[in-house]
Amino acid sequence: MGLAKRIIPCLDVDNGRVVKGVQFVDIRDAGDPVEVAKRYDEQGADEITFLDITASSDDRETMVHVVEQVASQVFIPLTVGGGIRTIEDIRRMLNAGADKVGINTAAVFNPEFVKEAAEKYGSQCIVVALDAKKVSQEGEPNRWEIFTHGGRKPTGIDAIEWAKKMTDYGAGEILLTSMDRDGTKIGFDLELTRAISDAVNVPVIASGGVGELQHLVDGVVEGKADAVLAASIFHFGEYTVEEAKKVMQDAGVEVRL
Amino acid sequence: MSSIAIIDYGMGNLHSAAKAVARAVEDTKVFITNHPDEILAADRVVFPGVGAIRDCMSGLHETELVEVIGQVSKQKPFLAICVGMQALMERSEENNGIDCLGMFRGEVKLFSDSMRDEVHDEKLKVPHMGWNQVEQKLDHPLWANIPDRSRFYFVHSYYVDALDSDVIAGATDYGVQFTASIAKDNIFAVQFHPEKSHKAGLQLLSNFAHWNGAF
Repeated sequence: MGLAKRIIPCLDVDNGRVVKGVQFVDIRDAGDPVEVAKRYDEQGADEITFLDITASSDDRETMVHVVEQVASQVFIPLTVGGGIRTIEDIRRMLNAGADKVGINTAAVFNPEFVKEAAEKYGSQCIVVALDAKKVSQEGEPNRWEIFTHGGRKPTGIDAIEWAKKMTDYGAGEILLTSMDRDGTKIGFDLELTRAISDAVNVPVIASGGVGELQHLVDGVVEGKADAVLAASIFHFGEYTVEEAKKVMQDAGVEVRL
Repeated sequence: MSSIAIIDYGMGNLHSAAKAVARAVEDTKVFITNHPDEILAADRVVFPGVGAIRDCMSGLHETELVEVIGQVSKQKPFLAICVGMQALMERSEENNGIDCLGMFRGEVKLFSDSMRDEVHDEKLKVPHMGWNQVEQKLDHPLWANIPDRSRFYFVHSYYVDALDSDVIAGATDYGVQFTASIAKDNIFAVQFHPEKSHKAGLQLLSNFAHWNGAF
């Protein structure tokens, strides 16, 4: 027995409301992030991640209030990503009750920001989000690159080298999303997950592509991920976090029940 | 109404701890403070800690709270969390070696970067992050209503190696078996984060709020 593999439901929040739809059998208004977070907490989620997709920076204050409300009712770790660009952004989210912040695009454009953030607040609260896409052709050795703008813009940066650099700069955890798999429901890019997990010594959260519970098992067993993140399979009431953990446990994965 | 002071010595985010303590206990005034008078006047004291030990120790010296901590830990129930627990030891390996408060014998050491889980054939990542089991080594009021080997949330790269086995209240395995909790007289210290550890964590905080020290 030892450290459990984590299951992390992820909520996209736009202007204070959960989007992409969340349905629970006995909750009518599932767009309230506080209600959704509480429900996942009751189901045994190990952490909760909020992705702030609010377009206007004027509305970002709304996210601070969401975090404040969730943090006063849910006592598991909370991560907030999306729009984290300055030390002040991090300070506000941590003060509101977030335990970690996810830095994505800002890290690509200004890697020193990750260093500065880790020095100021400690690596334990700095998650660097990597959006990676396969760029090698069939028959070539695997190669993945970092993409920005939702997977549309290539950066020319090698994903494995980038993951190593970010941990050298102080990232305490890597949130790895396969842009090839995101939204496909055919499972994680396991080769990518394993390559990144083997390359760095910090925990790696696999994301992108989960469509069924076996995919979570695969991410951990074959992809060697330390945690798995999923959105839609939990949102639409298809599966509960509890069911996911049972499946993982049956497959020999250590989980917190 | 009884009161719990959460010591603020410039280590940032104490809101999680304050909210969880407030949630776990009723009829208790929970407040964050760096004033020695307020800390000395509280019924119970929480000594949290996040970040690096060097900043933690310099924060304590700058706010002139070292003496206050020595005093209150003898007088009233005192709960140290995470880096707060590490600060109670003699010395930490972090930041090229930092002298700590020396209230317990032993050092704070860095997890090796070559640890492996042989059963699952995988490397053990550092930081040690997530939910791990705590084996209760002492019968203590703060473990009341918490099943042995319950999981708590950890996030740390350095661990306490206490020299005196009679003060070890909890132990956890992660490549090595390390000291997850220490207890002596009025002091209870934990490496994990009870404020982030769901029901088991809230139960521990509630037990603390009802504990009158010693055991």
